[in-house]
Amino acid sequence: MAEGAHAPVVAPDTGAGGVFELLWLVIALPLLGAVLLLAVAPFLPGSARAAVDRHGHLLGTATAVASFGLSLVLFLSLLGRDAEERQVGQHLWTWFETGSLDVGMDLLYDQLAALFLLLITGVGSLIHVYAIGYMAHDPRRRRFFGYLNLFVAAMLTLILSANFVGLFLGWEGVGLASYLLIGFWQHKPSAAAAAKKAFVINRVGDIGLSLAIALMFATFGTTDFGDVSAHTGEASQGTLTALGLLLLLGACGKSAQVPLQAWLLDAMEGPTPVSALIHAATMVTAGVYLVVRSNFIFELAPVAQTAVVVVATVTLLWGAILGCAKDDIKKALAGSTMSQIGYMMLAAGLGPVGYPFAIFHLLTHGFFKANMFLGAGSVMHGMDDDVDMRHYGALNKAMPVTFLTFAMGYLAIIGFPGFSGFWSKDKIIESALAENLLVGVLAVLGAGITAFYMTRLMLLTFFTSRRWEEGVHPHESPRVMTVPLVVLAALSVLGGVLLLGDWIVTWLEPVTGHAEHHEPPLPAIAITLLITAVVALGVAAAWFLVGRREVPREAPREVSFATRAARADLYGDAINDALVVRPGTGLVGGLTLFDRVGVDGAVEGGSAAVGGLSSTMRRVQNGFVRSYALSLLGGALLVVLALLAVNLG
Amino acid sequence: MTEYIVLSAILFTIGCVGVLVRRNAIVVFMCVELMLNACNLAFVAFARQHGNLDGQITAFFVMVVAAAEVVIGLAIIMTIFRTRRSASVDDASLLKY
Repeated sequence: MAEGAHAPVVAPDTGAGGVFELLWLVIALPLLGAVLLLAVAPFLPGSARAAVDRHGHLLGTATAVASFGLSLVLFLSLLGRDAEERQVGQHLWTWFETGSLDVGMDLLYDQLAALFLLLITGVGSLIHVYAIGYMAHDPRRRRFFGYLNLFVAAMLTLILSANFVGLFLGWEGVGLASYLLIGFWQHKPSAAAAAKKAFVINRVGDIGLSLAIALMFATFGTTDFGDVSAHTGEASQGTLTALGLLLLLGACGKSAQVPLQAWLLDAMEGPTPVSALIHAATMVTAGVYLVVRSNFIFELAPVAQTAVVVVATVTLLWGAILGCAKDDIKKALAGSTMSQIGYMMLAAGLGPVGYPFAIFHLLTHGFFKANMFLGAGSVMHGMDDDVDMRHYGALNKAMPVTFLTFAMGYLAIIGFPGFSGFWSKDKIIESALAENLLVGVLAVLGAGITAFYMTRLMLLTFFTSRRWEEGVHPHESPRVMTVPLVVLAALSVLGGVLLLGDWIVTWLEPVTGHAEHHEPPLPAIAITLLITAVVALGVAAAWFLVGRREVPREAPREVSFATRAARADLYGDAINDALVVRPGTGLVGGLTLFDRVGVDGAVEGGSAAVGGLSSTMRRVQNGFVRSYALSLLGGALLVVLALLAVNLG
Repeated sequence: MTEYIVLSAILFTIGCVGVLVRRNAIVVFMCVELMLNACNLAFVAFARQHGNLDGQITAFFVMVVAAAEVVIGLAIIMTIFRTRRSASVDDASLLKY
């Protein structure tokens, strides 16, 4: 942290009026859709319900699109205001008030939220449209769109909330929606297990976030962004570091960063639009949002910032390595998502220099990754839901639109000069190199690996020899699916315009703070050339290793240790098992044993002893009057003797 | 004075042993009466020694209780004899564990 640096204080203007009075509608519309589709529809009478089942998806899509339209209007209005007045607040109602705690349902619409709103509702709407085609034959399509709307509403709550408690509400809401959608095909045991896994691992992260909120209440007496950002200077260094690390734990869970990364690859069990919307474009980036939004805490907690950078660097390599070995097209893309979020986190860990680029990469990634996931869904659609890339090959002729749009996403992610990913990743690596040489070099390496695995994916799917079986007829998807692909492809190509004249940096500066630029060790153009060279190397490696050879239909078993490790998710599950699950099971087993032997033993043993004693004792009641008389006599004698002993002694 | 007490003790012991060793309910009953009267003798003897009437009054109480006890006890013994054809106290041993 630079001397005297302090993140900008959040001070929203709550009396903006005009179109900003409608801010709440952005959340309310998709929420209404979710309520109608999920809570009202099941109770309708037969024929009305059948109608909703048939046309419910249109309602779900309409609410998302309306929300996008409103976001666009809001964004334009915000553009029209002066730079200093671009933080707009809205107080809806007091959520709860007890003692000194006062939590309001407050919304905050600023430059950061505006970009997120456009991404979520824009990409969300496209994916809704796509899902109309993708889920056309699913009998539970109404429910699917209800869940999607629920997700969009929760995600918007997360982004628009003006305090951490409201953010947490949205945070849990997207977690719930993610759980429901990963397990949407719950008849598959693997999907049900994946949903559970995602939910449980996210809980670990949520503990971090909820503890951070509790600590904020204890330290500042409020969780309002404005009040907290105004008073961070008064908190002790230890508290701020703890806050930063707890927030990072929360971000790790939601954004699938090491060590809470294991759920993301399994989450691909969900329908592909879900993977595109939740597990690529929006929800998994919530961790990045959290770090950028909490910049007023991280700015004053350099230890936590360093932790963010370390986690991010490990994750960006971890995800990239996973992406290299996966044959399941969606899992390869999921590894890539993990890696790209690592880049965003890396930028977010660099402080004000990186925040705008983290958000920039988040936006471009939202475009090209959603594009590629939807493209993968389109491929699966044409290949009878086969996800194994070894069964694809030479699909560029059969699916020209999917191929071309996917290629745009591919060029964007590897950072082909001119495409959106080129600008965003380049900026992140440049900032990283300026801050720390090792991290920067690892980020460059990551870019090379990204180029390798994405080229491999591209070659296996669209080029090389045809490997699909007789009876599979790859075909282009219907228009309703290809149009969103085309739009997203255009955005993947053109996303870089946000950087024109450093627009996004200037735009976000009131939120993220002014950056002291460090001079990178090399001139910027040299860095760009270096990255491009490494990327070219990655592409060439993929061409030599994959493109030129015959690809076997079955994955080879005799492979190197590295490949085996990457196929096994770098033993992420094994590590979790060894470090958490097995000790946990052991502890629970021990406690159960103690409960059974110790507690139950004492209680049951006591009662057994009393029972045994009494069944022995009852033999005394033998029914013979004379023996009773004898014991009576004995008793009387004892009493007399005792009296004598007391009186005489 | 001592003679009365010794006689009372002897009578009580005879009654006590009779209750413990005899099986016939009537005999046991008579032995109980013997013990009660041994007590009465002791009460009266001590009353005489102390020169007050406490012991004698207690003796009257004991007699009244003994009379009531005889009425009930004999009725029970007769009923048992009618149903079981036996007056042995060992035979009436159903009320047990």
